[in-house]
Amino acid sequence: MTTPDSAHPTPASDGDTTRIQLVDLAHARSGDKGDTANVGVIAYDPADYPLLRELLTAERVKAHFGPMVKGRVERFELPNLGALNFLLHGALGGGGTVSLMTDAQGKVFSTALLRMEVEVPAEVARRARGRGRMPAGESW
Amino acid sequence: MSSHSKNDPSGAESTPRDVVRIGSGQGFWGDDLEAPVRQVEGGPLDYLMMDYLAEVTMSIMQKQRSRRPEAGFARDFPPLMERIFPTCLEKGVRVVTNAGGVNPLGCGEAVVEAGRSAGLAGQARVGVVTGDDLMERLDDLLAQGHELRHMETDEPLSAVRDRVESANAYIGAVPIVEALRQGAHVVLTGRSTDTALTYGPLMHEFGWSRGDHDRLAQGVVAGHINECGAQASGGNALVDWWTMPNMESVGFPIVEARADGSFVVTKHPDTGGRVSRPVVTEQLLYEMGDPSEYITPDVVADFTGISLEEVGTNRVRVSGARGRAATDFLKVSIAYADGYKAVGTLVYAWPDAAAKARSAARILRARLDRLGLAFDEVRIELVGWDATHGHLAGPPPPDIPEVQLRVAVRAREAAPVERFTREIAPLVLTGPPSVTGFAGGRPRVQEIMAYWPALIRKEAVEPNLDVRILEV
Repeated sequence: MTTPDSAHPTPASDGDTTRIQLVDLAHARSGDKGDTANVGVIAYDPADYPLLRELLTAERVKAHFGPMVKGRVERFELPNLGALNFLLHGALGGGGTVSLMTDAQGKVFSTALLRMEVEVPAEVARRARGRGRMPAGESW
Repeated sequence: MSSHSKNDPSGAESTPRDVVRIGSGQGFWGDDLEAPVRQVEGGPLDYLMMDYLAEVTMSIMQKQRSRRPEAGFARDFPPLMERIFPTCLEKGVRVVTNAGGVNPLGCGEAVVEAGRSAGLAGQARVGVVTGDDLMERLDDLLAQGHELRHMETDEPLSAVRDRVESANAYIGAVPIVEALRQGAHVVLTGRSTDTALTYGPLMHEFGWSRGDHDRLAQGVVAGHINECGAQASGGNALVDWWTMPNMESVGFPIVEARADGSFVVTKHPDTGGRVSRPVVTEQLLYEMGDPSEYITPDVVADFTGISLEEVGTNRVRVSGARGRAATDFLKVSIAYADGYKAVGTLVYAWPDAAAKARSAARILRARLDRLGLAFDEVRIELVGWDATHGHLAGPPPPDIPEVQLRVAVRAREAAPVERFTREIAPLVLTGPPSVTGFAGGRPRVQEIMAYWPALIRKEAVEPNLDVRILEV
């Protein structure tokens, strides 16, 4: 799909698994409710939903965001849609007009989550690599 | 398709339609002004729904109304109606919107005027729903024991009562259905839920009641898809965004619903964007809480059983939502004054752009401390590096061409915030070099309206809901 470059580093192999960024496995949309951000994560290939479910535990997501999420992380499953929904409590600096954040409404917590690095089976990595990024040479 | 008589929107003498088409025309106050025009002119449509209200919008409208009693609604809406009213009447498109804000009657009168200006005197009816506004009744309600505790912190509203600027119950579709039954061509509400603007017309058309849980739940899903405008038809969609065609004339979503509750999401032909399974999935997850418990005034919907199926180009069939009985409560949207804030920005250029910006921030903070200004919060972001993804962005690239330093402060009192706005410009001549981008002048001090979500028993609100029909 694309030639290897700095945007798509060659994954480091570890036996049968390969490390890739979540951005190539799933797309996402986020929004706000008060001081809580929600991130919906959707597998590009519905067949990857069980893998997504295994990789993206609430604890893992909480650890990924670190100081960006002050409260707890809740996870909800939507297998029919190949999707998981996360609620990130205390993520928006008070939310609404109180927040001083550029992203006061949590609009790009979606892609912040997609930065996560995950270990996936090598054949999944081969299939997924570059899926979530604009191909080099594409016009916009 | 439509078997309705065009001049009799109540449909009293016609057979029910097989398919009802409800198009989305606005996803928020400030959305694409041409979208509703494209919706009514671009193909078949039965209803145009338009959502104008976000959490903070009501307090903005309340402020406008306190300065001018005839204001307090989405003022874009009456001129829009003047443009589309003739086409709506001609094609039999009925408009359902919460543009009424905190002054639905004032909005209704302005729409009547707009209809007359469009040459429609005597030809149309405007239905106005009132009773969601609790501001005048607030002290009575508190005295009656409605504590209006904050849904997250559990604090009673009495803690901030003297600073409350607006209080509105999120109301459901029953009064919308009543206005449609009385023949309204335009239905105007205050703080009705976003989804009711879509499932209200479906209840009217198909005779659904609050007891039709599964069908109503499907209607809620349809409403959730419609309520954010083009977000369901390719706007703000991450999936393959670079392939999204013709976004300059993006087609807003249209729900084609049947009496059994199943529906297809589509858009008009020859419009931009895309209605696909992944795009619709993104919108389904937008602002989602617990997907098994999507609470509305009329039903509690369970989204977990939803199936999406692409049944044609730009056609996605949605089925499988389940419903159960609504709760005894309505959510209340309360806004209260909660201090002041301001945001100042400067741009630093290569070389060492990020280091210069951080140095400037450190100098600014030291000056603010020396002035003894008390802030509840000071936030520093470097736009171009860490403003949105924080520490996840990693260290700034050493050769980063430029960054914008963005400093935001918040305080209970206006004075320290006011003084802060005078400390940005001096950095241009008294701080690190290669700085520019101060053409906008001093930052503006903004009053903060905080959001206080609460619950209230339905019987405290629903008996007060009223529908008034205004003749154009």
